[in-house]
Amino acid sequence: MTSDLGPAGVWIAIIAMALVTYAVRAGGFLLMGYIPLTKRVRAFLQALPGAVVVAIIVPIAVHGGAAAAAAVIVALIVMAWRKNDLVAVVCGVAVAAAMRAI
Amino acid sequence: MSAIDSAPQKPYWSWPGVWVGFRRGLPVAPGIMVFGLVVGAAAARHGISGLENFAMNLLICSGIAQLVALEIWPATMTWAAVASLALLAAVIGARMFLMSVSMRPWFGQLPKWQAYLGLFFLTDATWLIATRYHNEGGRDVGAYFGAAIMIMAGWLAAASAGYFLGGLVVDPNRYGLDLVMPVFFAAMLVPLWTGKRRAYGWIVAGVVAVAVQHLVAGWWFIIAGSLAGAFAGAWFDERKR
Repeated sequence: MTSDLGPAGVWIAIIAMALVTYAVRAGGFLLMGYIPLTKRVRAFLQALPGAVVVAIIVPIAVHGGAAAAAAVIVALIVMAWRKNDLVAVVCGVAVAAAMRAI
Repeated sequence: MSAIDSAPQKPYWSWPGVWVGFRRGLPVAPGIMVFGLVVGAAAARHGISGLENFAMNLLICSGIAQLVALEIWPATMTWAAVASLALLAAVIGARMFLMSVSMRPWFGQLPKWQAYLGLFFLTDATWLIATRYHNEGGRDVGAYFGAAIMIMAGWLAAASAGYFLGGLVVDPNRYGLDLVMPVFFAAMLVPLWTGKRRAYGWIVAGVVAVAVQHLVAGWWFIIAGSLAGAFAGAWFDERKR
């Protein structure tokens, strides 16, 4: 376990990481092939994307400092108002940059 | 409204769809490219060759996993180091397992090779774009692959540039560019809002994620928050009917 793998070592590491990452990417889809898409499962699948997004951004907004929180809130407001993701991203990032510059 | 409830519509493939995907990938492209510059520069510092860097970005294509892996990258590679790098990829990539779960209703109707080829390109940004597109009733697989190719191409170009430019990369935090992905996530929340009934699941997801982040080290807060929020959302949904 502790012997040097030599020049091939980097490739072994890259391929191992790639295989694991692909297994994660395909695994959820594969698993759901064995679970019948009942009404209840569909309700779960419908609620899942929003829950994933909330679980990623709320901790960033809470712990990422004032600039991160402001950027997230501005993006939400601009998106709800203009319905344009490019404008929302530009406004959110601009607010964070301005706050950090001050 | 949400197209999953209605009778499943057959997915199809078209070139105009690929163009739609390209355009939807644009807002997030600068963030991905800045991230790519940083990851490429980090790979160069660890004595990884240009070809190895390219292979890593193409085959793993997971910015956070690569950045953390490069932080613990050993000078001499051993089987033990390979095992810990693989475990790291699994833990950081775990959120993509849930994203993959949510792709079932759409990709389940595709020929298997298309679905599994598509999943190779599943990243945070690709998934967000695909989810929004599908929620709006879009079924054109070309849009998925258009966004996926756009994001992969930008990522590879930037990571290669970062590798060769190295130290020339300026501090992205100064311009708020490190926040492009979180901000894009936040913006994508708006089209996912399909009425007040969604609020319960989202509140549970947020509270659980913050609580778990306090209690458990690592990335588990995303998994815990997502699952709790999805179960809560489905449960409230059922009680409302």
